[in-house]
Amino acid sequence: MVGIITYGAYIPRYRIKVEEIARVWGGNAAEITGGLGVIEKAVPDYDEDTATFAVEATRSALCRRIVDPKEIKAIYVGSESHPYAVKPTSVTVGEAIGATPVMTAADYEFACKAGTAGIQTAMGLVGAGMMNYAIAIGADTAQGAPGDALEYTAAAGGAAYVIGNDDPIAVISHTCSFSTDTPDFWRREGADYPRHGGRFSGEPGYFKHVIGAAKMMLADMGTKPSDYDYAVFHQPNAKFPQKAAARLGFSQDQIKTGLLVSRLGNTYSGAVPLGLAAVLDVAKPGDKIFITSYGSGSGSDAFDITVTDAIHDKIDRSRGPTVDAMLADAKYLDYAVYARHKGKIKT
Amino acid sequence: MVGTKCKTCGKVFFPPRSVCPHCRRNGKIVEYKCSGKGEVLTFSVIHSASDQYAAMKPYVLAIVELEEGTRMTTQIICEPEEVYIGMPVKSVFRVLDREGTEGIIHYGTKFVPNLA
Repeated sequence: MVGIITYGAYIPRYRIKVEEIARVWGGNAAEITGGLGVIEKAVPDYDEDTATFAVEATRSALCRRIVDPKEIKAIYVGSESHPYAVKPTSVTVGEAIGATPVMTAADYEFACKAGTAGIQTAMGLVGAGMMNYAIAIGADTAQGAPGDALEYTAAAGGAAYVIGNDDPIAVISHTCSFSTDTPDFWRREGADYPRHGGRFSGEPGYFKHVIGAAKMMLADMGTKPSDYDYAVFHQPNAKFPQKAAARLGFSQDQIKTGLLVSRLGNTYSGAVPLGLAAVLDVAKPGDKIFITSYGSGSGSDAFDITVTDAIHDKIDRSRGPTVDAMLADAKYLDYAVYARHKGKIKT
Repeated sequence: MVGTKCKTCGKVFFPPRSVCPHCRRNGKIVEYKCSGKGEVLTFSVIHSASDQYAAMKPYVLAIVELEEGTRMTTQIICEPEEVYIGMPVKSVFRVLDREGTEGIIHYGTKFVPNLA
């Protein structure tokens, strides 16, 4: 069965608190933190970008389980902040792990769901018997214009998944998607920051697609929410996934392990992959995980995942940093230094 | 971190060398994967940087001795007051420099404290 062979995550060390951003822009910190359910967000170092996150996450995955890099025949990196407009991030990862040159590679973009789209592609290639292993990565250094609502949550980080079918630590039993042309969030070529439709991104965007894909998955699998031990939903803020979970019938207990947004912010393409990594950090054989991503524009990918005995026998999770350990290792910045880190101050 | 090793004398080189400077024609060079772990041999804190590194100043530049014995000049990503001679470090993948806003981005190895 096709599934996850190993996984790795990366979260940069720097953080800024939402109240510090609110202080600079004259916002009401308590209202904003309460409204979004986000306390702080991860900020990249000067010399970090989507490619460095992707490499660090993939190396962590390969530390946890030995996989011959020459057997990895495909790498897909999903992001909306690839370092180059034209030149693939995926080959940088391939070189850094020694998988080049006999491999295929491409960069994906689908707002916040490009990482899960990469997992689906990797599943297809492995499932079709074209290769033993393929890697899918979701990573972003998310952008929000100074003073815009997005700035309170736009964060940085990513996670990598090696997909294969020999002794997976978690079997992916099924995936399905729900996609429409819905312009709720976009960034034109050459623009520094994305634009969005404000409240329009809620019901016709996030909820329609997340609930659409999630219901399709439950129907396809003949399962009900209570059959799952964990659920991870895309998390642009804490309110949306909590509301979607409640509407579908998942409990707050099922989503809490994978709900990182209040301490991490919205890592866009990295969000659901990091949420799943946090669950895999603590999961035990037999646990069932329900996943639904969301990317503006718009689409959702759902996955039904079951953890296997291989999570104990075939992988050493302690050889890579856990999501929780990286969240705990935080160094706080004030807004001025944060602006320098993010290149918001042009010299 | 892929360097080279001389099978005749056992010395490891990073960046990789194609000829062993000790054994010369008797040397036999092969590819060698370094562990990426080592310690700070000595360091300097850069306060006056060239334009492409100005955003990072003050930053730590050090000579790191890898477990395999080879030495390299590299940046240590930490606060200047954190670094000390003998500090254990491990390699990470970072941007080395960017050729302005339109040129090539160079990626490579830097080091972070490995205190855990």
